Order: sequence, then structure tokens, then C-alpha cells
Amino acid sequence: MRNLIRFINKYSFFFLFLIFEALAFYLLFRHNHFQQAAFLNSTNVLAGGLYSQYSELTDYLKLKEVNDNLSQENKRLRSSKQKAFHKLYGPNYLIDDTLYKRQYLYTKAKVINNSVNKQNNYLTLSVGSLNGVKEGMGVLSPNGIAGVVNQVSQHYSTVLSVLHSRAKISVKLAHTNYFGSLQWNGENHQMGELKDIPNHVSIKVGDTVLSSGYSATFPADLVVATIESFEKIEGENFYKIKVLFTSDFKNLSQVYVVKNIRKSEQIELEEKTEEKDG
Amino acid sequence: MVRSFITYPFQFFFFVLVQVLVLNNMQFSSMINPYLYIIFLLWLPIETPKWFLLAVAFVLGIAVDMFTNTMGMHASACIFLAFCRPFILGLMAPRDGYEPNQKPGIKDFGIAWFVTYATILTLLHHLFLFYVEVFRFENFFSTLARVFASTLFTLVLIVISQYFRYNAEDRS
Repeated sequence: MRNLIRFINKYSFFFLFLIFEALAFYLLFRHNHFQQAAFLNSTNVLAGGLYSQYSELTDYLKLKEVNDNLSQENKRLRSSKQKAFHKLYGPNYLIDDTLYKRQYLYTKAKVINNSVNKQNNYLTLSVGSLNGVKEGMGVLSPNGIAGVVNQVSQHYSTVLSVLHSRAKISVKLAHTNYFGSLQWNGENHQMGELKDIPNHVSIKVGDTVLSSGYSATFPADLVVATIESFEKIEGENFYKIKVLFTSDFKNLSQVYVVKNIRKSEQIELEEKTEEKDG
Repeated sequence: MVRSFITYPFQFFFFVLVQVLVLNNMQFSSMINPYLYIIFLLWLPIETPKWFLLAVAFVLGIAVDMFTNTMGMHASACIFLAFCRPFILGLMAPRDGYEPNQKPGIKDFGIAWFVTYATILTLLHHLFLFYVEVFRFENFFSTLARVFASTLFTLVLIVISQYFRYNAEDRS
């Protein structure tokens, strides 16, 4: 017994190191694997408050690009408005409003913290549960997709950016409708990888990649990326495709949080089906 | 002695703020991510108790983690640095050992000693941090390249801050 105590005493520094290191790794894994409401992240009052103060200051520097992006978006929306179309069949036609039911609700949000140079990047938004933001909602940038809401506090929320090693966005090719998944390899904040496109499909450089809408997180048919380069690999069934994101992740300031009103209905049904089969 | 009760906590907050507000936003490329905040651990007096070093490293790491949403990542790397520091200091001790009240800096030991000391510890910290961040050995060499590029950049910042510090101390 005395020997044991002497042993522990002699190596007390090493044991203390192990204890602290174990604690740090416990925090690291718990945080990574279970997305519980943890208080020690940038959604808390201290970090969130500081970030929002700071972005008040730095936003002025980005105004030019932000305005450009917003006016681009306005241009696109204006040209898809009904007024932009010429009526072909004269004045008599019927719009039956009951054909359309609202599925998506958008909330405007301000980005108060953002990074592109880590392997796992997050955004912090200045909207929280009081604005109706919930875990798992999609986040759109003016020109594409930004990420998925990760954690929510009352006034702030963090977003798992598309530039995250665990981010997987379900997408499809615009003119063939073949679907695959969009991932990020951690190298360049403008480029992603498109996986699972079988190599008998014909594709070209410059082809548009759209969101598929399968996951019920993002609306379908949003422009997400364009194909930058691709190669066929001998002995594999899938292309290796590099894509260029349409979102400018370095310059995010205003984003939109998307709420899919029928998400729970879709997910419930899908889960029920899987249970019945498996 | 009394003064260090004020200056060290002040430095702690100062370097955490510089890290999260300035350096984390400097996005040259994905190759270079300087982590200047570890300078706080390098600067602590030589006679700092070892257990206290570990505790401070843990708190410092958690403080940075809180802002970067990487709970535990910086903490684990800082603890590793704090664990290595006494050994490196032991290896680099002058022949007669350290005198009381010496601080591991350029003023007390000269630039060659300080740069060696800072290089070893910064490299250890960055190696640990970057491999924990990617958490796989897939792109081993590209991660290694990022470690060296960032270490170099952090070191330049550390040496520059040393001179700023002596300027401030001389004036007071």
C-alpha cells in the first residue's frame, strides 16, 4: 500500500496530465457525437454577445460585397416574378390558388461569426429559438446553400457549414436528375466534391448541380454548385467530380433559415416504412 | 509579485480575445492558422507549479474552444503543451540551473534560447492540435504541411509579441 502511494506520488504530474487529457477528450467526443444542448459553445450569452458586438463593427467592411450579392438575388427573383413574363393566351386564364400550399417559411438571419479555414467550419447566427429556429433546419445564402442548423439557444444558433467534414448535402444534376451527395474535402473553401454519380451518365464541365430536396432540409432545385472538373477512375463505378460552390462562404453576412412545414410528416412516414421493412 | 496577479489575468483575456477576434478571422488560406494564444503558457514564470500549469492550460483551451465550437480540441492540445513544458525547460536549463524569478523570455536567456524553446513547444502543440482536428491519418502529409506552415507563422507572431512586451515593461 505504501509502495502504491509512493508510486502515485512520484508520477503525480503524469497522472494529473492523464486526468486532464481524458476530460478534454471526453468533452471533444461528447460534443461531436451527440448534438445535445451544450452550454459551452458560441451560442451562450458570453460568446454570442461578444461576437454580435464585434460583427456590428466589421460588417461595414463587407457592405459592398453584401450589397452585390443581394442585388444579384433581387435580379433573379425579379426575373422569376409573374410580371416578368409575357402573357400568351390573352386575358382569360385561371389561377387556382388552392393548388398551392405553403411548404417553406424563411427567416432572415445575420451571420455574426464564420470561418472557412478550419477542417470543420461553423457559422453563428443572431437568431435563436425565440425566432422559431430549430435544430436541423436548412440555411441558405443569397446564392446557394450555407449549412444546417446545429445548436440553438434563445437568441443565437450555430450552423454546421457546408465546409465541414461531416456535412453531406443531397444534390442532383440539373438536366439528368441523377442524384449524389455533395461533400467538402477540407482544402479549398470554393471547391467541393460530388460523389455517387455513376460513370455511365454523361456530364460536362459547367453543368449545374441542384439541391435534390430528398432530405426535407432544403427546398428542391436550388442552384448549389457547378461542375469544375471530373475524371473517370479505372475500375470504379463512380466519377470523381470537383464542383465550384455558388455560395461565397468567405462573404456571408445575411442568410435565410428555411423551415419545412411538412418535414415531420415526411420523416415520420419514411421512418414508419423502414420499420415495417426491417 | 503583486503585479503579476494583475498582469497575468489581463494577458489571459487579451490573448484569448486576440485569438478569437483577430487571428481566427485572418483567412490567408487553409494552410495557415496561427494560434498565438499559446504564448500565454510559454510566458508563465519558470517556477510555476506543474499542477497549476495543467489547470491553466485546461482553462485557456476551453476558453478558446468555447468561441470556435470545438469543445475539448484546443484544451487537449494545451494540456499536452503544459505537460511537455517542464521537460523542455529541464533539457534546456543552464549549467547552474534556473535562478528564482526568471521568465522564459528573450531578456533573461537570449534570442537563440527563446526561439528554440518556442519552436519545440509550438510544434508539439500544433502537431497535436491539427491531427486531433482532422482525426485521421488519411491526408497525413497535407496535414503535416499545414502544421509546419502554421508553426512558422505562430512563431513569427510570438517573437514579435516578445519585443512588444519588453517595451511595455520598460515604460512602466
